Amino acid sequence: MDTPSDFAIETQDLTKVFSKTRAVEAVNLTVHTGSVYGFLGPNGAGKTTMIRMLATLLRPDDGTARVFGHDVVHETDAVRRRVSLTGQFASVDEDLSGLENLMLLGRLLGYSRAQARARANELLDAFDLAEAAHRQVKKFSGGMRRKLDIAASLVVTPDLLFLDEPTTGLDPRSRNQVWEIIRAIVANGTTVLLTTQYLDEADQLASRIAVIDHGKIIAEGTNGQLKSSVGSGAVHVRLFDPEQRPEAERLLSQALGVSVRLESDPAALSAQVAASPTAHETGERVALALAELSRSGIAVTDFALGQPSLDEVFLALTGHPAQDHVNIKEEAL
Amino acid sequence: MTTTPTTDSRITNATLRSALFTHARPPRPSALSASLTFGWRALLKIKYVPEQLLDVIAIPIIFTLMFTYLFGGALAGSTGEYLQFLLPGTLVMTVVLVTMYAGVGLNTDITTGVFDRFRSMSIWRPAPIVGALLGDVGRYLLASTLVIMLGLVLGFRPGGGVIGVLLTVALVLVFAFSLSWIFTVLGLIMRTPSAVMSVGTVVLFPLTLASNVFVNPQTMPGWLQAFIGINPVAHLVTAARSLMMHGTVTAGQIGWVLLTSAALTAIFAPLTMLLYRNKR
Repeated sequence: MDTPSDFAIETQDLTKVFSKTRAVEAVNLTVHTGSVYGFLGPNGAGKTTMIRMLATLLRPDDGTARVFGHDVVHETDAVRRRVSLTGQFASVDEDLSGLENLMLLGRLLGYSRAQARARANELLDAFDLAEAAHRQVKKFSGGMRRKLDIAASLVVTPDLLFLDEPTTGLDPRSRNQVWEIIRAIVANGTTVLLTTQYLDEADQLASRIAVIDHGKIIAEGTNGQLKSSVGSGAVHVRLFDPEQRPEAERLLSQALGVSVRLESDPAALSAQVAASPTAHETGERVALALAELSRSGIAVTDFALGQPSLDEVFLALTGHPAQDHVNIKEEAL
Repeated sequence: MTTTPTTDSRITNATLRSALFTHARPPRPSALSASLTFGWRALLKIKYVPEQLLDVIAIPIIFTLMFTYLFGGALAGSTGEYLQFLLPGTLVMTVVLVTMYAGVGLNTDITTGVFDRFRSMSIWRPAPIVGALLGDVGRYLLASTLVIMLGLVLGFRPGGGVIGVLLTVALVLVFAFSLSWIFTVLGLIMRTPSAVMSVGTVVLFPLTLASNVFVNPQTMPGWLQAFIGINPVAHLVTAARSLMMHGTVTAGQIGWVLLTSAALTAIFAPLTMLLYRNKR
């Protein structure tokens, strides 16, 4: 039976090679049961390949991986009974209706026809898809399709849920809905492994993040650790009067304690905000700097405090910007 | 209404949480139950995309009508007499040609994300493919019914009666199911559905044309007769004719068909599963 394990996932030197590309290279990873773990990286970094190996869809070429203590190569069935997968591309049948998709999975999980129908309706209600129950999935909007895709992974509550780029391509409202759903899943005790290209998504949802590039984990830690290694992001200011820029530059650099960059727009300036232990403190420091400008009679038309983008994270960690490694075609599968 | 609601509030935490509340996993379904579920999926697809039945409907009608009226007079003296000879042959030919779509369908299906989901579930591994083939048997049955109905309308009178006809259909379905495994292999190897069609056509046309479907092979050259002697489709046609016309069949006729069916399944079913397991 199930061996008790504190770890939902443990890998050792996990490696996958496609012809000459080392898609995943010697990855060592532990994910605690009950946590949300985020894989952050650009297209083709190896995120999907990792998930496919952990979900028993792809055999590793080297190294080992265990899910709740079960080897993903030798104990595939024990692994499959504990995990669910929501792939990057719709892992539902586009020709069938929402209800039929969920009923199909219910039947495959061992429910009777009546139980499968009841469970499907329950999920459609909970995910606000009831009105689309009898519509073919190919006629769904992107957000509805994603929600159905996630619902399809929850027909039987899994112990570990893989979500491969759950919000890529969604509009902001649908993205918020998906985030709500993921939070509820986690609150229910399911361990979640999600991949994303967006730092703010990883930050919002995950308790630990691994940054992946060229099949390797190049940084790993809690959100705070990761962000402090990168800096808290940049503050962008645009002035009403470009004439006042030199004065604004002086004041900002004094208040923030960093050098200020002059943008090509003659009214704009920006500054990397130094790392500080809490986001709270960063915000406070920026607010004080702005107050300083206003006291000196410098009018500000635009102002933004941005989290570091994936590009900035990559730049900080690797010295090169995040690039889509489009030559690795496996991500497209 | 075509849009989703404008606020997030329609997904309330309460309904969401109760829907997520850990559900005990029912026992794993049996191999048969899982396969039948996939068969149900195949039939549902026909409901939504009835066009996919076009081949199944068009092929038998065209073949039966065309060959009866094209060759009937010349070959058998009258179209009515030729139809008695031809109909068991077009029945076999139609169903054999339709088996090609097992590979085409699988090739289209397997590249979609939903197959990843099936493959990551704890179910009997061959179930998605066996189920799809069971769905295909439904189409073979439909094609058979069409051919026989059309034949009856045109004046075909089976001497074997209802029993003879039903046994013939059953035998044809067994053979077609076994032959489908060749196409599932092709469906897993080939890159596109149209490539599967091309190879399927190249394989199936000699098998169906170089046979006794249309004429008695007695006037053919020796080498062709030799080929027909080992062509399983020809043996199936012989058995079908005997069953439909007389309601009887010899152990040799039926044995050869069943042996070929068993051999096809024994070779190509495991090969299909091997390819399926290693498919990325």
